[in-house]
Amino acid sequence: MDLRGLAPIDCDLHPAVPGMAALLPYMEQHWQDTFIARGIDGLDLALYPPNAPISCRPDWRRDGEKPGSSLIAMQEQALDGFGARFGILNCIYGGPALYSEDMGAAVCRATNDWIRAEWLDRESRLRASIVVLVQNPELAVAEIERLASDRRFVQVLLLASGELPLGRRQHWPIYEAAEKHGLPIGIHAGSGNRHAPSGIGWPPYLIQDHATYAQTFQTQLLSLLAEGVFGKFPNLRFVLMESGFTWLPPFLWRAVKMWRGMRREIPWVEQSPDQIFRERVRITVQPADAPADPAQMAELLKMIGSDEMLLFSTDYPHWRFEGQDALPPGFDDALVRKILVDNPLATYPRLKETLS
Amino acid sequence: MARHIVAKALDVPADGSKLVTVAGRAIALFRVGEEYFAINNRCPHEGGSLCHGRLVSLVRSDEPGTYRLSRRNEMLQCPWHGWEFDIRTGQSWCDPERIRTRNYVVTVEPGEELVKGPYKAETFPISVDGDYLVVEI
Repeated sequence: MDLRGLAPIDCDLHPAVPGMAALLPYMEQHWQDTFIARGIDGLDLALYPPNAPISCRPDWRRDGEKPGSSLIAMQEQALDGFGARFGILNCIYGGPALYSEDMGAAVCRATNDWIRAEWLDRESRLRASIVVLVQNPELAVAEIERLASDRRFVQVLLLASGELPLGRRQHWPIYEAAEKHGLPIGIHAGSGNRHAPSGIGWPPYLIQDHATYAQTFQTQLLSLLAEGVFGKFPNLRFVLMESGFTWLPPFLWRAVKMWRGMRREIPWVEQSPDQIFRERVRITVQPADAPADPAQMAELLKMIGSDEMLLFSTDYPHWRFEGQDALPPGFDDALVRKILVDNPLATYPRLKETLS
Repeated sequence: MARHIVAKALDVPADGSKLVTVAGRAIALFRVGEEYFAINNRCPHEGGSLCHGRLVSLVRSDEPGTYRLSRRNEMLQCPWHGWEFDIRTGQSWCDPERIRTRNYVVTVEPGEELVKGPYKAETFPISVDGDYLVVEI
């Protein structure tokens, strides 16, 4: 399906930090000196090795450039390529994964300022997520407060796997700040490698890393639910990115079933988990694990039971589909319209402020 | 709607239950304080025997990490999977409009009135002494 006439909102674009040298101008002198003296570079997360096929669609690769590092390429391939009216940048770089909180916060700040100066200032269709250090909520909140007045930042970005489950109360100041500023919390595939991506230990192969991610997202949703985050922050939405969505029905069924019998230990959860997730959780469509038969996709959407959860994304430059086929087959026209435009606008209130 | 004498009132222990069969139906009787309740014994979820469940308080919360208990022993937890039912209404806590077990009106009546008829106990004799539970089915 050619999406270019529909002016979609692409909720997951990945600008790549070319190297630490690009961030140094956005750092205090001490951190510039430190990164140079220690030769620290290449903080890309292990999920996307630059030369792995999944890391960049073949027709989007450019000689000598790290995938996603060129604004011009993103403009041509992603924004013009799909006729996007907005694209949201999620920069997955190692700042949030560092063990030193101060160094991690310095990289997060530099990443955000680099995004602002070299991407947002140069392309009016772009918006971005604020990258924060989740393990230190004080520093994370400071970063949100520093940038929230720039309305081009539309979301707060957290890695799907950090030091603690995201529902834990020590993270709540981050949610409080995000809610106050009308910023959804985006949870993106990625790990600080404090924990194995599966519950049973470390996988040696990339295929395992990618295929087990649904577990991580499910665990985070259950953590947010059980700890009472959805009730505590009633105006906060959570966006899962690169989580896949076809696992939702059995996950919802099980969550509901278990809540019915065990809800006494978490009585602050008064609504059935499936209702809470449908109202409060949004999911970007790529990568989509679509059934081979499009008719089965229609069945699956019925089981998911909401036409408001899915948000359009290309996951640029990752190799998820060919040509214009950014939506898996089986979505009807009304749903396509919602996924491309209405749902992103409802999820990111700041997008509406500059809607022409 | 017929009225059935189903048990001696004292046969239902305080904050406990007794299972009776009335007109072919298994009915769980409960006593909380001085009140008696009767519900269909079959859990609408998977068929657990509700008279073997635990009487518990209603637990709610104003804030994560806080527990507010009320209506002591007026909620019943199915012994199989822990679903909770309101013994006053038979409604489930998780989905009260759609998932419920039937409840019945119970009254406590003195034996000396009951022996005059027209009701008959199906399985045990009625004496003038003591109180009896009468269920409308």
